[in-house]
Amino acid sequence: MRYNERELLSLARQPAEKAAEILMRVPKKGSVLKKRLVKLVVNFLFYFRTDEAEPIGALLLEHCRITKEEENVFSISFIEEPERKYCFECDSEEQCQEWIEALKRASYEFMRRSLIFYRNEIQKMTGKVSPLESCCQVVPGGFGQEQGLVLS
Amino acid sequence: MKLNERSLAFYATCDSPADNTGFLYKRGERHTAYHRRWFVLKGNMLFYFEERESREPVGVIVLEGCTVELCDSAEEFAFAIRFGGTKSRTYVLAAESQAAMESWVKSLSRASFDYMRLVVRELEKQLEEMRWGPAAGCGGCWQSPGSWKPKPLGPERSPERLPALPAVLPKENGCAVWNNAPGADQPPDTSSCGGHDGEGNPRPPPLPPRRRASSSEAGGTRAAVAESPSTFCRLHEQYGREVARLRQDWLEKRRGLRL
Repeated sequence: MRYNERELLSLARQPAEKAAEILMRVPKKGSVLKKRLVKLVVNFLFYFRTDEAEPIGALLLEHCRITKEEENVFSISFIEEPERKYCFECDSEEQCQEWIEALKRASYEFMRRSLIFYRNEIQKMTGKVSPLESCCQVVPGGFGQEQGLVLS
Repeated sequence: MKLNERSLAFYATCDSPADNTGFLYKRGERHTAYHRRWFVLKGNMLFYFEERESREPVGVIVLEGCTVELCDSAEEFAFAIRFGGTKSRTYVLAAESQAAMESWVKSLSRASFDYMRLVVRELEKQLEEMRWGPAAGCGGCWQSPGSWKPKPLGPERSPERLPALPAVLPKENGCAVWNNAPGADQPPDTSSCGGHDGEGNPRPPPLPPRRRASSSEAGGTRAAVAESPSTFCRLHEQYGREVARLRQDWLEKRRGLRL
């Protein structure tokens, strides 16, 4: 699949939501835990060799599952291949939990659900649609359209 | 750089709803011929397929940090996706109608994760202000009523929210008129939402009037909340009735305006 690598590399250099040196193992036969610089930027998780400026790889964090494994360890897998796990071993349980929380929130789809939630809450309180959310994709297919008021 | 391509392809083709789909002509990189491709926009990823029925995308454009502009091109209904940086490629696309072009430019302008995040935070702030007044977000014991997964950031986690904002302001993403800073002017095409003041800035929804909890004096409302969940429920109900009345008034007024 072709992709705009230059822009993705540029994204990898942006300020991160979260970054740390973590032991990581990719779901390949015979692969072992290796120390990587792991960096969360928008809905991408980049991973670098610790002394290199360019990432080895990137994971798009949509439709993924973040699972707590054993102590200090969490994994990322994707819906269509749940057994293929990227494993991460943190320095502490606390760090592990922080990463799990951050990664669970790091998808566009998660934010879309948040937006729908807040919109509904505001609508419940006032009967009005916030003018703010008419200017973004809330429910796909509803872009640019007014979200109809529920007139009961 | 490796990318989880299989997962990307799955994301592109699975039945999760797309923000926009349609045929667009894409200008080639080296040769200026246009190729008709089936485009699928999901979040900040623009996938393109050889055919509508293709099982795998030919490619994807990561849209984070892009700007979308109309294009001076011999091709009708053309627009461009541009990135900052000296060697960045510009993607020139052409729609098949004026309406399609406008729809694509609009949805692509709003497609960044950063922008979505700003909007969500702004709504979250609005909701808190509505519930607890303009000083909301600093009370300690507010619990989000009702269950909702995933858990929203409540006030007890508000100290985390600020550091999570990118240190660099989000890049301009969209047509020149867009300003992605929170609380900025409305984009030009928000139409009849109502609630705008003279300058076109949104008027905040009416705050429920402050009520005194029956057993405490002014300012005791928050202390009352901190005391027990039943006090919260009572207040929630009181505010709820007030809000329902306000809503009824507003609805009637609106119906009156329509006639």
